Amino acid sequence: MKGKKWIKAVYPAAVVALIYLLVTALRGVGIMNGYYNQVLMFAGINIMMTASLNLVNGFTGQFCIGHAGFMSLGAYGAAVVTSMLFKNTDSVFVFLLGLVAGGFAAMIAGMLIGLPSLKLKGDYLAIVTLAFGEIVRALLRLVKPIGGARGMIGIPGYANLGWILFFMALTLFLLRNLIHSPFGRAFIAIRDNEVAADAMGINTTKYKMTSFCIAAFIAGVAGGLYAHVISFIQPDNFSFTKSADFLVYLYAGGSGSLTGSVVGATLLTILPEFLRFLADWRLAVYAVILVLVMLYRSEGLCGGLELPFMRIRRQELYEEPLFGKKTKGKGEQA
Amino acid sequence: MTYFFQYLIYGLQLGSVYALLALGYTMVYGIVGMINFAHGDFLMIGALGTYFIAQAFESFQVGSAYPMLIIGLIILIAMVGTGAIASGVEAIAYRPLRNKPRMIALITAVGVSMFLENFPRALPFIGPNPRSFPTLFQAKNLDLFGATITTTQLVMIVLAVVTMVVLYLVVNRTKIGSQMRAVSMDKDAASLMGININKVISITFFIGGALAAVSGICYASAYPQVDVYMGSWLGNMSFVSAVLGGIGDIRGAMLGGFILGIAQIFATAINSTFGYAVGFIILIVILLVKPAGIMGRLVVEKV
Repeated sequence: MKGKKWIKAVYPAAVVALIYLLVTALRGVGIMNGYYNQVLMFAGINIMMTASLNLVNGFTGQFCIGHAGFMSLGAYGAAVVTSMLFKNTDSVFVFLLGLVAGGFAAMIAGMLIGLPSLKLKGDYLAIVTLAFGEIVRALLRLVKPIGGARGMIGIPGYANLGWILFFMALTLFLLRNLIHSPFGRAFIAIRDNEVAADAMGINTTKYKMTSFCIAAFIAGVAGGLYAHVISFIQPDNFSFTKSADFLVYLYAGGSGSLTGSVVGATLLTILPEFLRFLADWRLAVYAVILVLVMLYRSEGLCGGLELPFMRIRRQELYEEPLFGKKTKGKGEQA
Repeated sequence: MTYFFQYLIYGLQLGSVYALLALGYTMVYGIVGMINFAHGDFLMIGALGTYFIAQAFESFQVGSAYPMLIIGLIILIAMVGTGAIASGVEAIAYRPLRNKPRMIALITAVGVSMFLENFPRALPFIGPNPRSFPTLFQAKNLDLFGATITTTQLVMIVLAVVTMVVLYLVVNRTKIGSQMRAVSMDKDAASLMGININKVISITFFIGGALAAVSGICYASAYPQVDVYMGSWLGNMSFVSAVLGGIGDIRGAMLGGFILGIAQIFATAINSTFGYAVGFIILIVILLVKPAGIMGRLVVEKV
């Protein structure tokens, strides 16, 4: 039994390592070229963004539709550290420091945006997060030292597929454990019924704030990675369109399911690239596919499903009240 | 002071575009309870459609201007066409999702918006390039407190106000209006009272689309350039104005549109980037003070 548990703990990491080895091997043979590699890197970053959005939207039941704002703060924060503060130091620690700085920059913003969430609900909160994303974009355009509207160029390309896979795996691991924990249970309780959660003694304010902060931190780190992949960022990269992309990944994959975030982000990052042979019709076809997915599987591709190593024992997690349904009767904790 | 009035006029002009578009947002939200992100694209369809309809009517041109009757006809066709597209979108994409969680409809709306932008873009005779919009109204300059107001601006502002009054009367005084209000209060009860919900929602989308077309014509007459992406940021801004005024409330949408338009013009006069952000800043401030918008009423959640 103990051995089985050990395997269960290790094999997600093994899967990620295998993906990395496979890709490296394919590159060595020449089947993978730099383009595919870059698509995979973007997929990894999008998975991080979608998973963190999932924490807020899917697990805590708040509506954040300005997630690209956090990403932009992270990207700028990290880029400032690596290409301005430590311009001449070329080391891994600078890169990591940059990512952490980006994460904290986004987290502080997350705290600020979490404040109105104490007062606002539903669509009004959504519109405030949208406004937040756009304000961040406008302000970044105003700050001249970081390039204003022209953006920052020449950010060192520290991030490679290995780093991105590492951070992606770390994100998923942390989020899964978080959702398992009493903290995560509190998030889910708030999503299912905020009033009831409040009545059960859950400090909803604190947990909603925490959820926003953690998600913002992860988004900031993802933004930092993004900046170090494309080495050129400008405020307009992080417009509402970008936020809408993450929402699409999240809900097409299935909200409230980490597997869904992975599947949604991966598939929908690769799909537009795969459709390139359609030339001008590419985005129109992509939109049609998206609408069809939402119409015929509106809970998302993996809605309510989790892969074994990401599973939370409670079966009826997705969008349905936990207490209204017949429970399985056993203990909830996995 | 002259500048003040001049900016005010520009603000009212931009505000009328926002207001007309926000009316559609607010009506759809009030009745279906969903944020229709594709609404800005109805504006684009209206403007782009008008461009092609005007081309079709080119033979009726006298000199470089269209006769009044033809202009009326062009606008009418554009309104009906856009309205029909809006109801069509509702029937195909939104109706099957009516009882699903709201975010699902929102994501579908994002998809629909992408489609409405990229499908015309891919069509060979439309394409991604911006086109210059034909001059529908022959502009004459009038003098007002030392500021210049063109007849186009005057027509736009008056049109927006008249539309709002008509819409307000339709919603509050007619049979279909009372059906709309009934559906917005309680769909199931309205259905039990013999109201055809599908029809009412279709009509709502139709009116929203038609108003978006008018708004598109207004916008394109003021800034005579149309392309397939023009709707997205206008849509966002007018959504903000709808929320600002209190979403679901017709007077609120109008008020929010004008406030946002005027604020944006004055802020742009100070700094162009700030002009874009100021709408959002106003929004956050107002929502913090009055969480349901200026005209909105907060619904108390009963347990």
